[in-house]
Order: sequence, then C-alpha cells, then structure tokens
Amino acid sequence: MFNYDQYLRLDKFPLIWCSGCGDGIVLKSLLRAVHKLGLQKDQICMVSGIGCSSRLPGYVDFNTLHTTHGRALTFATGIKMARPELTVLVITGDGDATAIGGNHYIHAARRNIDLTVLLFNNHIYGMTGGQVSPTTAKGKKASTAPYGSFENTFNISGLAQAAGASFVARSGVYNPVQLENYIVKAIQKKGFSLVEIMSPCPTAYGRRNREGTPVDMIAWQKENSVPVAKAGQLTPEELEGKLITGILVDIERSECRAEYQKLIDRLAQS
Amino acid sequence: MSNASQQRVRVLTGNEACAEGALAAGMRFYAGYPITPSSEIAEVLAEQLPRYGGVFIQMEDEIASMGAIIGASLAGSKAMTATSGPGFSLMQENIGYAAMAEVPCVIVNVMRGGPSTGLPTLPSQGDIMQARWGTHGDHPIIALTPFSVAETFSLTVRAFNLAEQYRTPVILLLDEILGHVNEKVELPKDGEIALVNRTLPHDPPERYLPYRHTESGVPPMVSFGQGYRYHVTGLAHDESGFPTNRASEIEKLLDRLHRKIEQNRDHIVEVEAYEMEDAEIGLISFGSSARASRHAVRLAREAGKKAGLLRIKTLWPFPDQEIQAYGDRVKKWIVAEMNRGQLAHEVEWALCGRAPIHRVTVYNGDPISPLTILNRINQLD
Repeated sequence: MFNYDQYLRLDKFPLIWCSGCGDGIVLKSLLRAVHKLGLQKDQICMVSGIGCSSRLPGYVDFNTLHTTHGRALTFATGIKMARPELTVLVITGDGDATAIGGNHYIHAARRNIDLTVLLFNNHIYGMTGGQVSPTTAKGKKASTAPYGSFENTFNISGLAQAAGASFVARSGVYNPVQLENYIVKAIQKKGFSLVEIMSPCPTAYGRRNREGTPVDMIAWQKENSVPVAKAGQLTPEELEGKLITGILVDIERSECRAEYQKLIDRLAQS
Repeated sequence: MSNASQQRVRVLTGNEACAEGALAAGMRFYAGYPITPSSEIAEVLAEQLPRYGGVFIQMEDEIASMGAIIGASLAGSKAMTATSGPGFSLMQENIGYAAMAEVPCVIVNVMRGGPSTGLPTLPSQGDIMQARWGTHGDHPIIALTPFSVAETFSLTVRAFNLAEQYRTPVILLLDEILGHVNEKVELPKDGEIALVNRTLPHDPPERYLPYRHTESGVPPMVSFGQGYRYHVTGLAHDESGFPTNRASEIEKLLDRLHRKIEQNRDHIVEVEAYEMEDAEIGLISFGSSARASRHAVRLAREAGKKAGLLRIKTLWPFPDQEIQAYGDRVKKWIVAEMNRGQLAHEVEWALCGRAPIHRVTVYNGDPISPLTILNRINQLD
C-alpha cells in the first residue's frame, strides 16, 4: 500500500471536492509519480489558478502557490526563470487555462518553458456552480447554457501542440496507472509538458446533463477512449465524440530557461 | 557590466535612471510588456540584466508581467515591471494579490494621458487615484514620485528598500516628461547605497508562520525552495497562510496589512520643503509639475511674494500631516498637477477647509508652464 500521507497536509482535510469528483484520483496519481521520481518535497513548487482543481496545492506538502484566475502559468514562469532548479508543477482546469488564461497557455507552450501542467478537464466551471466552459460539448447544458451550448469547443491538447509544447498526453481518471506514468514522463521532460486529464464533475455537469452516477461517468470515459495509435486508423466520423488518449507529442525542442542561461554564460565570457 | 554602467557622472533619461537604480538596488528579475512612454526601461534591462546574471523576460501582456514578478519574488529575487496607464490598469488584479499575499515588488508607471489609449507620447499625472485604488478592496499601498532624473535613481532604490522592508508592492510614478528628459546625474558607487533585504525567519521550518501577526506588522519572509514549505494564496488567510472564512482571522489580517504601513508612515512619507520657512502662499506639487512649481516660486520670490513649494515625494500614504503642519501660517494653497484635480482633492481633504485651495490643472497633453502657475499666484492678491 502506497503511503500517500508522507506528501499530504492531513490537517487540511477533508478535501473541498464533492463526492464522486475525479480530482482525488488525479491527486493520488500525482503523488505516486512524485514518489517514483524520487523528488524532494522542498524541490517542488506547485502553482495553481482558480477553480476546483486549483485547490489541490493546499493539500500537498510542497512549496505551494494559489494564484489569480487564469494566471498560474505567469507566476510559474517567474518562479522557473528565477530559480530553474525548482521542479515547477502547474495545476489548472479547462476554464482557468483556456478561457481566462488562454493567452498565457499558448505563450508558455510557445516558450517551451520547463513547466509540467496538469490540466483537469471537467468540461464545466464546477466551483462557481456549473457555467459553460470552452470545452463544454455542443448541446451539453450548463447553468449559463440552459438550452445546451451552441459554441464549438477547444481541443486543449491540440492547442498546446500547435503552440510548441514538447510533451502532450491525454488521459483520464478511469486509468490512474496510465495517468501516473504520463505525469512521470511529463515531469522528466525538459520543456513545456501538458497532461490533459479527463476528470468528471458529477455535481455541476453530470446531474444537469443526466450522465448518471460518478461510476457511470468514469465508465463512459473508458468506453469512449481511443488510444492514439488506433485513432489513426479511424475516420473522422468514427472519432466523433471520442477521446483520443495517449502520448500525443514527445519531441525535443529548445527550452526557454536553458536558452536564457546560454545567453548569461556567453555574456560572462565576453 | 558595460563600461557605460561603471561611469559615475552620466547623462541619462529618467527611464534610464530608473533601470540603473533598479540594478543598483539589487533587482535581478524584470518582466514587462512594451508600452510608450516606459519602454526604454525594458530596453536597458534587456541589455543589462543578463550581464548581471539576472533575468529579463518580455511577457505576453501586463497581466502576465505582474504574475511573473510575483512568482520571481517568492522565489527570492528582487523583481520589478514597468508600464504606462493602460498596462497599469491590466496589472491591478495582481497588484492586489501582491498586497494580500505580501510579496515585495516594484511597479513603475510612466504616466501618459488617459483615459484609455489616450495620449501615448504626452505627459499626464492622471494615475494618482489608480495607484491608490486601482485594485479592489481595502489595501495599503506605497507610491513614490520623483521629480528629477537623479531622484528617479534614488527613489527607485528606495522603492525596492520599502518593498522589502514592509513586504508590499511599491509603485513608482514617473511621467512622460521625466521618463524622457535628459539630465546629468552623479550616480553613487555601489558601496554608497544602503540596501534593505526582506527579514528572514528565526523560527525553524516547523514553527514558521508566513503571515505571523508580528509587532511590526511585517512577517519574516523566506523564499520558496529554502526548506520552509508553506502556502501562499490571494484568499483571506490565517497566520499559517491557509484560507479561512473566520471573521476574527480576516479582520486581524486586514488590520495588520494596514497597520504595517500606517504605523511606519513617518518612515515612509517624504516631502521636500522649498522656500517654505516664511511662505504665505504654498504650492503643492510632484513629479515634473513640481519643476514648474519650483521655477514659479523663484519668479514669485523675485517679485517679492512669500511663496514656497511643498513637494511630494511619497504620494501614498498621503503626506497629510506634513501639509497640516503649515496650516496656520500658509494663507493660501495652490495645487499644480497634470490632471483634473486628483491631488487637489486629497489636499482639500487633508486641510479640512482650514485654508482656501486653488488649482492649476493641465490635462491636454501640454506640460504645466511656470508662468501659468505664476499667473495663478498673482491672481491671489
């Protein structure tokens, strides 16, 4: 049995998350990944924005920073540029990272700065009571889309890939072992790493859209996930409404802080 | 370090002196976004900071710039950004974060005409109230206003010292004239500059409270990664730094945030009295308008009028006591500023009707002329 307690601030429990929320499964996967990598707690700086998932840093015994809505990546960029020896993990959600924080998201990926982003995608604004988000599927209901959303959605992983991230993976809470492995690889990667995590919100999304129990929502993820290798053999019609999971990007690309260090070193010699 | 940086007597603009002052203060992290009339600060630092082993990064906007300097400060760097009115507006939410989470940092605003895009290349002093109340909620703030290139250097150093001493964001208000005017400056040598650094905790990590209600009101601060693992949030928090909804804790926090500035206001507030010893007509001004005011005082004195200038160097907290001290002798006050009367309003409040207050307000992009002020003095008879 893995000892989660060694990384937790147990006096801050119980968690703020609703019963049936997927975020706790991500938290446990993350802690196993940290342990597997042998990271020291002092060496980890965890930065989050605003939303349900962004409350996670309060529960873990690292250097933790809970910032303003959408801006976690900007604070994290400051920390990484100032102290590159720290392992900087960013916790964010679909609304936090790609609505209010969309500009920072694409620019952090463009810089390919060495941050590991765990993006909890629950397709809704859970904390504020279920408003429509950039990933709420067309036709799905939210408190601010009472007749169903009429907007197109973001492909969050595709966005990071297009902007220049060196590692992008998509997984879901139905597969915590895969999730743990992707988090390990994301942290190991020198550069901007995204793990997009499908984490169901039974309270604000599931009830309104008649998605069933939390278990039903996780089962839906499992049944509708298509591994990236298999997805290439399917037509766009067959992939409609499916979740393509797996490691989507794993490339070598120059990293922002390392490039800046080269400049410092070059000027010191001249 | 370039040769130019080592020369002590130099001709600099206010923007260049600001960048040099920041380097002398130990600033090693700059994040910013280009905006007229402040961009030269970023340009100097883009060249200089990597030579000092420091970090320069141009962010995607001013919101990001403010976030980055807060992150860098928490990681142990003295950090700053520079902007002008529109960018200053974008920074406000995170300035409030820095005030609430008590993160030392310096924000330079080279003021230009507003509102909105306004007058990018023309001067203004219209951000007095934005500096004080731009972010939401009750919060203390420190804002400094130099009036010369040399003083821009020294007050930039002071801005960092106050930020570190009181764990607070400090705003440095320049204006377009000051940012771009060239003046001869004798820069102090490195050893001649008194530098203040944040107070480190004596407590071991297990007893460290990052928001302890200390007597001074300022909790000791340790950087991330030094073995003290703690939590920082913009939510109302208790001494441990974790969110709380308890009324008694919230009140204690907000009271301490204000107390740490208010009980040290005599250390923070600086004014310069010029020909005020026997003055019956008192001018109050700051920044480049204070240069015109000083000239007007000289012209008035030549004409036999007992005029003087109380020049504001610390705009916030407001120097109300320093103005009130002249209340019985100064018969008439003139407030000269490049806006529609933001400073005059504050002076009226400070004096509570003890003396009449006359206004010289220019807000059309022109600088204030000494003759405009002199005419106002002459009209008082």
